[in-house]
Amino acid sequence: MEQNTKEKIENIIKENEILLFMKGTPVMPQCGFSAAVVGVLSHMGVKFNSVNVLEDSEIREGIKEYSDWPTIPQLYVKNEFVGGCDIIREMHENGELKDYFTQAGISS
Amino acid sequence: MAMSANEIEELILKTFPNAKITIDDLRGDGDHYAAQIITEEFKGKTRVQQHQMIYNAMEGKVGKDLHALALNTSAPKD
Repeated sequence: MEQNTKEKIENIIKENEILLFMKGTPVMPQCGFSAAVVGVLSHMGVKFNSVNVLEDSEIREGIKEYSDWPTIPQLYVKNEFVGGCDIIREMHENGELKDYFTQAGISS
Repeated sequence: MAMSANEIEELILKTFPNAKITIDDLRGDGDHYAAQIITEEFKGKTRVQQHQMIYNAMEGKVGKDLHALALNTSAPKD
């Protein structure tokens, strides 16, 4: 990964408390897995920002390497990679996600 | 490109020979699977780490040759 791509990713993660790398936008998700995570976050009433990786191929490939995670979506909370679609769904279903946000000081 | 459930199981077993694996072909198209994997090696690992271990065992095929592999990972309960 190019150094400037890495810095671009680092900066955007740092600047956004809750950041979802996804395909499409929260209003128009382009993939069912991205839509599922948007659904969970919206359901919890958590405010988040998103990056549409379909609009930036550098970030689309770079984020996979950055997180050591091969798929999109990817959720970051306060600089920490929380997981992809399966993990977010599972954490939501068993209540862990709510605790996670509470511990991170985010109201949900 | 798609993969068979057997290929997925073999790849995972290559790295985790003692894992208990259940694979479902979610749509019957060979491209969307759900896998449940239980192995001792997951003990003490976070869920992110567990999934990363499986992605590594899959030799970079998830997200490329395989569109979707939903993972459910855990260590065996004592």
